[in-house]
Amino acid sequence: MSEYLLLLLGTALVNNVVLVKFLGLCPFMGVSKKMDGALGMGMATTFVLTLATAATWMLEHWLLLPLGIQYLRILAFILVIAATVQFTEMVIRKTSPGLYQVLGIYLPLITTNCAVLGIALLNVQEKNGFMHSLMYGFGSALGFTLVMLLFTGLRVRLALAQVPSAFSGAPIGFVVAGLLSLAFMGFAGLAGH
Amino acid sequence: MLFSAIVSLTMLGAILGLLLGVAARYLKVEGNPLVAEIEQLLPGSQCGQCGFAGCTGAAQALADGTAPAGLCPPGGRAVMQALAAKLGIEADLSGVEDNVPMMAEIKEEICIGCTRCFKVCPTDAIMGAAQQIHVVFREACTACGKCEEVCPTESVKLQPIPATLQSWHWPKPQQVAEGAAA
Amino acid sequence: MKLFELRGGVHPEGRKDLSAGRHIRVLPLPKKLFVPLQQHIGAPATPLVNVGDKVLKGQLIALAQGAVSSSIHAPTSGVIAALGDFPAPHPSGLPVPTITIESDGEDKWIARDEAYDPFALTPEDIAARVGAAGIVGLGGATFPAALKLNLSRNSGVHTLIMNGGECEPYLTCDDRIMRERAGQIVEGIRLIAHAVAAKEILVGIEDNKPDAIAAMQAAAEGTPVKVVVMPSMYPMGSEKQIIQVLTGKEIPAGGRPADIGVLVHNVATAYAVQQAVCYGKPLISRIVTVSGGAIMTPCNVEALIGTPVQELIDFADGYEQPAARLVLGGPMMGQQFTHTGVPVVKGTSGVLALMQDEIGQAEPSPCIRCSTCVRACPIGLVPLEMAAHIRVSDLSGAVDLGLKDCIACGSCSYVCPAHIPLVHYFNYAKGDLAAQERTKLKQEATRKLAEARNERLARIERERAEAAARRKAAREAKERAKQEAAAKAAEEAA
Repeated sequence: MSEYLLLLLGTALVNNVVLVKFLGLCPFMGVSKKMDGALGMGMATTFVLTLATAATWMLEHWLLLPLGIQYLRILAFILVIAATVQFTEMVIRKTSPGLYQVLGIYLPLITTNCAVLGIALLNVQEKNGFMHSLMYGFGSALGFTLVMLLFTGLRVRLALAQVPSAFSGAPIGFVVAGLLSLAFMGFAGLAGH
Repeated sequence: MLFSAIVSLTMLGAILGLLLGVAARYLKVEGNPLVAEIEQLLPGSQCGQCGFAGCTGAAQALADGTAPAGLCPPGGRAVMQALAAKLGIEADLSGVEDNVPMMAEIKEEICIGCTRCFKVCPTDAIMGAAQQIHVVFREACTACGKCEEVCPTESVKLQPIPATLQSWHWPKPQQVAEGAAA
Repeated sequence: MKLFELRGGVHPEGRKDLSAGRHIRVLPLPKKLFVPLQQHIGAPATPLVNVGDKVLKGQLIALAQGAVSSSIHAPTSGVIAALGDFPAPHPSGLPVPTITIESDGEDKWIARDEAYDPFALTPEDIAARVGAAGIVGLGGATFPAALKLNLSRNSGVHTLIMNGGECEPYLTCDDRIMRERAGQIVEGIRLIAHAVAAKEILVGIEDNKPDAIAAMQAAAEGTPVKVVVMPSMYPMGSEKQIIQVLTGKEIPAGGRPADIGVLVHNVATAYAVQQAVCYGKPLISRIVTVSGGAIMTPCNVEALIGTPVQELIDFADGYEQPAARLVLGGPMMGQQFTHTGVPVVKGTSGVLALMQDEIGQAEPSPCIRCSTCVRACPIGLVPLEMAAHIRVSDLSGAVDLGLKDCIACGSCSYVCPAHIPLVHYFNYAKGDLAAQERTKLKQEATRKLAEARNERLARIERERAEAAARRKAAREAKERAKQEAAAKAAEEAA
């Protein structure tokens, strides 16, 4: 049990997918203007990421490895991820048209969110077991959601600030993201070596 | 070896496609519920100033994301902000800010009482009868400009509504100088 | 009496000694009076007179319209010279519908309905008389007084608070009226208390007016009216603040004093109520402070409603130095104006001609979030955050932070070391929100009109179709009858 907790903590904070591994920066900058959107994006990504890690693990171990066609891994993974995203999109469209509108193009773009493919590939690389992979995916997604919310909070405050015109908009956003990333580097010793 | 790769990926694609197809059946959304919600926010006078056929068309375009939130001139900033909030998009208020409230006014000297204007008025804001001078009700006029288009003598013109003590309010304070902020 | 703690507030330099030492003098009768139809919160009154009509002093010349409104009376006898637009005593300087009266110099009163025993009147009668006299709150809010009495009576008020705070710098009109007419004020207070059946009557006066306190205490001797000395602080004279300091209760956000069983009136309003109920005199004059560094002889004058402000300035011996800014009301919440021809209205408590060093205006610099404004805000809002939201046009964000509870007292702007016009932002935002609200109402009306029109068009279409069908049926029936008749005739012939 403590192993999984440690794994969650490690993936969410120490090896944060956005701020430490720099994966999934597209929605990180794109959907961080409003809290609702950020929360929706975080939840959608959590859903997709957890589902996709499970599906890709099964794919890798039950299809690709037995048949010896690991060279098709990226192609096959993208196929599964795309299907999962499509399914998520349908669910969101059905349950919350408003959120569907808010997420807009960023919802189908979860397909190309490198965090999703990246975590799946990392799982293969590190030869993780099924539960381990699932926790790895879920923890990373939690980290993603956390960072989305933190960054959105900062950007909402930033919208009120009087920023010099050369920096206003995206530039100051990147500066803030950089500082936030530096802050997350501070978690490096958390697990206690 | 190559054969198994082709077959497995094809199978995978087919199965996933089938699953999605089934899911789409169960999660089908009839029309776009957003359109109805957006239409509720619009004035509903079907004036056509946005360039769409009535408010339903505009709502459809808004839901599809092909029209900006500021498309409704009679709605002004209030509607624009409501739409932007609904659609989760940024409202570009710069263009609307300058839009002074207008209303139609009839120059009585050249009105010939043709009744064309009051037939097209979407809100019944013009009263009149054949061979009688028509008048505009300030409260009901939305400044859609339809009457202006049909008037044969150009006696109907949109005029800015003069400010009154009830409508006047303080302007926005001047921003702090940019140089001082930097 | 134990006073309660108050948060926030500022202590601007009083400068009341400029005008506090002189007796109230009555302004000589002006030649022309400009009486705007809207001098109160609510709907403008409708004129009852025409150009050329002769009116007597105190005659009703414009009648209240709708639920929230107030009647207007002729301030003197004379002839109606014009009914039309005239610049308003308002920062916008926009023209407003105004009745212009040319005085005949006789100042002849209309027959008045005097009450010999005003306390024998029923509360309803008192409220009716107050309403008929066109009395509004003279503290500055100009809310119709009769309406406030009725609302308070219906909701059961236990405490009547009379506001003698006069916390605005320079203004001494309430101070002087309490010193000179304490007897009438106390009678007026008792009438108001009678009208709303209040059990507790408190008169709150700031401790910087010792003479007024002494005069009021002497007049209140042996009556249930209790004079309470309050510390001097701005905005002590605000309704919410005076209630909090005297009773310890806070008005809930968006609520009225009546919600917590309190009614607040200004002391000058009590004087007007006494005049109206006992002598049948409508509200046609008020005490106005003429002061400021640029005025030669600052003083208090009793001016008729409609007197051009220029005459008040002339009466105070004009300018000592050119004024940098003219203000109607107090320097904190008053309204800047430029045209001295504008008239004195019911809500005009002061005419100030200020010099450059009294304005203290400076170029604003960026907010460094020092939170001085947060400490100064008497309501407990966060002015710097609200202003930041308004600056980026996020008005709903400002409303979430409590913009609607802001009383626009200006304490935040006064203390801001960066000279940011905070209260100006709030005034702008409130005005803009009100405009949006109006647009929304219009939108709903438009929708209803459009639907009604569509329905009507559809009905006409339907009726036309039905009529056509009926005509067709009738025609067919006729033809059939004709054919039958022809057939019958042929049969008979055969």
